[in-house]
Amino acid sequence: MVKQQADVVIIGAGIVGTAIARELSRYSVSVIVCDQGADVASGTTKANSGILHSGIDAAPGTLKAKLNVRGFALYQKMHAELGLDIKFTGSLIAATCREEIAALEELAMRGRRNGVAGDIRILSRAELAAKEPGLSPAIPAALWVEAAGIVCPYGAAMAFARNAIRNGAAFLPDCKVQKVVSEAGRVVGLETTRGFIKCRYVVNAAGLWADDVSRSCGDDSFVIRPRKGEYILFDKSVGNLVNTVVFPTPGRVTKGILVAPTTHGNYFVGPNAQDTLDKGDLATTREGLEEIVSGARKLIPSLPLAGAITQFAGLRAVADGGDFIIRPSDKVFGLFHAAGIQSPGLTAAPAIAEMMVELLAEAGLPLTPKQCFDPVEPRPKRFRELSYQERDELIRANPLYGRIICRCEQVTEGEIVDAIREQCGARTLDGVKRRTRAGMGRCQGGFCSPRVAAILARELNMPLAAICKDGAGSALFIGKYSGNEVHEHV
Amino acid sequence: MFEAEYDVVIVGGGPAGMAAAVGAAQNGAERIALIERDDELGGILQQCIHNGFGLHRFGEELTGPQYAGRFIRQVAEYPNIEVFLDTTVLEVTPEKQVYTVNPQRGIGRFQAKAVVLAMGCRERSRGAIAIPGHRPAGVFTAGTAQRMVNREGYLPGKRVVILGSGDIGLIMARRLTLEGAEVAAVLEIMPYSNGLTRNIVQCLEDFDIPLYLSHTVTAVKGAARVTEVTCAAVDEELKPIPGTEFAIACDCLLLSVGLIPENELSRSLGIEFDRRTGGPVVDQTRQTSAAGFFAAGNVLHVHDLVDWVSAESETAGRSAARYARGLRAAAGRLVRVEAGSGVRVVVPQRIDCAAAGEYIELYCRVASPERNLTLALTAGGRTLFAQRLPLAKPSEMATLKVPKDCLGENPPEAITLVVKHADRGEEI
Amino acid sequence: MNKTRKITCIVCPLGCEGEVRLDQEGNVTTDGFTCKRGLSYAREELTAPKRMLTTTVRVAGGDRLLPVVSDRPLPKDKIRECARLLTAVTVEAPVAEGQVICPDILGLGVNIIASREIKGAAG
Repeated sequence: MVKQQADVVIIGAGIVGTAIARELSRYSVSVIVCDQGADVASGTTKANSGILHSGIDAAPGTLKAKLNVRGFALYQKMHAELGLDIKFTGSLIAATCREEIAALEELAMRGRRNGVAGDIRILSRAELAAKEPGLSPAIPAALWVEAAGIVCPYGAAMAFARNAIRNGAAFLPDCKVQKVVSEAGRVVGLETTRGFIKCRYVVNAAGLWADDVSRSCGDDSFVIRPRKGEYILFDKSVGNLVNTVVFPTPGRVTKGILVAPTTHGNYFVGPNAQDTLDKGDLATTREGLEEIVSGARKLIPSLPLAGAITQFAGLRAVADGGDFIIRPSDKVFGLFHAAGIQSPGLTAAPAIAEMMVELLAEAGLPLTPKQCFDPVEPRPKRFRELSYQERDELIRANPLYGRIICRCEQVTEGEIVDAIREQCGARTLDGVKRRTRAGMGRCQGGFCSPRVAAILARELNMPLAAICKDGAGSALFIGKYSGNEVHEHV
Repeated sequence: MFEAEYDVVIVGGGPAGMAAAVGAAQNGAERIALIERDDELGGILQQCIHNGFGLHRFGEELTGPQYAGRFIRQVAEYPNIEVFLDTTVLEVTPEKQVYTVNPQRGIGRFQAKAVVLAMGCRERSRGAIAIPGHRPAGVFTAGTAQRMVNREGYLPGKRVVILGSGDIGLIMARRLTLEGAEVAAVLEIMPYSNGLTRNIVQCLEDFDIPLYLSHTVTAVKGAARVTEVTCAAVDEELKPIPGTEFAIACDCLLLSVGLIPENELSRSLGIEFDRRTGGPVVDQTRQTSAAGFFAAGNVLHVHDLVDWVSAESETAGRSAARYARGLRAAAGRLVRVEAGSGVRVVVPQRIDCAAAGEYIELYCRVASPERNLTLALTAGGRTLFAQRLPLAKPSEMATLKVPKDCLGENPPEAITLVVKHADRGEEI
Repeated sequence: MNKTRKITCIVCPLGCEGEVRLDQEGNVTTDGFTCKRGLSYAREELTAPKRMLTTTVRVAGGDRLLPVVSDRPLPKDKIRECARLLTAVTVEAPVAEGQVICPDILGLGVNIIASREIKGAAG
């Protein structure tokens, strides 16, 4: 039976909601994280650049500037305890013409003012050629920022969620909040698609839908507008495309189309920025893909387009005003917003979580640290990362680690079973994919998806025809012999 | 760790691997390991339940499983072929160590004297051809769908659009129709089909399934499951023509848009590759540029008839056995074989003049459909050998049996295979 | 009955395209085919077209299907009906390759046979 009562309910299990849940799980309060999706990290968190930004370009004094720098420092601390996929690669911000060099100098100053740690300096052509041989020779200079990196965003959210659950939090998938219910100006609970949840504090980390959540109790103090970004992902085999995260000099709206490695050895280019009215508009377009290719080529001219393995789009949750909205609702007591978390939201998430916990404490949520809080989240076993000796021992203990299911990424049946059985484990094909990388490789699931679906069906004791790609309605296959309906029109 | 030594280790137990094993066994290899990741031999043939296999080899039309069955029984006749099922090869080293994994044996290290690469190919995915739009459930490669329909008993959708008119796409159109699904259309980006005429007739025309040539899918729609695809005509550069778009309502898009030799294991060997085939460069014995490593079947170049896979793989198995037994002569003069005008690919890519055999069989594909053509092997403007063909298509591999002595006493460094047309006055 | 059809020959890769006509007296005339095998194929396509059938049947207790094939061509217009009939068939393992799964399907004188072996549960 699902627990339908908690001290705090967090709406949204993206990077922000899960980071807050994990932070709250340090204290003796009961926490539920609910999400309208079938899985953790199924909104903006699953489709973004995965960059740990330095905080160099945020306007000084903004929440973005402050929380970015703090968040970056927190990731450095927590990536080991949570077993995150992180690489501190540093970043280069390239001037595409001589006129932009002045902007780089200004950025460097701004970065120091924002408290960005580490080396920040403009590199000469010769230094650039050594650091990034693939960089366009037309780039006269670039700003090197040491304190930057890459992280697997959905992996981080899942680790936050697992650790929060380990420490007592609960996760409710497929739970869409219909209304924040208040009495006498104070939150008393939530009406959801999974029934009423009683609570006194609500954290609105609903991403693209944060304004809808807020409006449901009469707080229309902000509006979220989706801004689409498209990406192209490249196979590992394309070789050393870039070593660092390579940005163009930032424009007024976004940080621009970048070229970066991923923590799993792939490369990507993107995103563009396209305002849309539809919060479900995750479609890529021919024009959009052409735009990011031509943008990326200004940085890295020899883009290996034949090595592309997939294209996808994500939606940024853009609030008016441009800064993060992290504050109590001024309409209803007990409702707290963490909204408008666009870039650098992923980097800032752990710092947003700290700030949110402070806000909750100030509002009277009693926070007693738990003696039993366990900050360590064991990294899931990854067959491909082990030596032959270690693999052999693993298989002796459990033969399922001896059967490769995804050949491109060398993912074993044992890892897939783990991903299904773990805390808030995978229930869909994409859930397995995001946890284990099965289906992320060059054949994009052509080989493994039927096999993964069969394992899901077995482990979850469901018919194979009920196994979905992602959310509701995305069943993969139709049973040939499950009924006569298919044969009616023969 | 499980460790063992073999004369010949074969990676992959599909049609190529099985024929290579038999070829090695018939030529004196004492210990042969045939390694297959699935729980039975046969590879992709086991899901190709249609008939049409084996006309060249056995003189009759077999289904895929029947063709596989003949080789499975042949393999079983040789006690010196050890079959390792449910075993995936993780790595092949230049020292001919083959690392494997299996649930019961754990990690295995097979030390080989000769290795045959027979990993087959994989299907090109949606991402590789960059179809824009949403990413809902219901987009599958045709081979994945074929496995679900023919082995597991599931349909990929009820109303299906198929992109690509290669044989797998055509066969799936018929298969899905017979299973009660509706195939709304087959689209082909080229102005001609890439499938056999027989399949166009028996898989599409028999069931009134429309084939749109010079068309492609320009967008996929649907949030959870496919609801519609947008199609468009393409111009001569294969780019969609604005204004020609139309929508087809469907819940499934199958992709039959090409096969890619599965060479991830071979990459670490430092061997030479042919950019056109996507496979290793080999000589007529199917030896790669690294001595003792052989390759055959779809890992080498994508075939259209399994009969030629078997023939090629027996050659590779025989050559591997000879190498393992120390019978292979030191490499002689190497003649490069190049694909020239009108020819898309040619295999082998070189001829070792010291290797045994009076004839060299060249497998090739033309660049575009041709009638009344001559395939000419030329060197320095001189034609060494020529063969007339009434017809050649890119989708159907042509074979050319070339007498080795046409290379002469002092073989040239390189020979080029070209398409010529005597009826257009081209000198041959 | 007069019948005219354009037919693409599938006997060999040449793929000749021709026309076959059947007049009221039952005489067949053709145009465009270049060999004897093509002519007889074209005649048959007009008068009594036949096709091989391959499909699958269920195996009791097994999670994989048994592929089956007709032991000779069936009348083309019976293919769908035969395929539909076979969706209701379930066989017991073990099955030998070539074993008759459905004898004399629809009384057409054609057997449907297993196109591979399926071992018993113990094997």
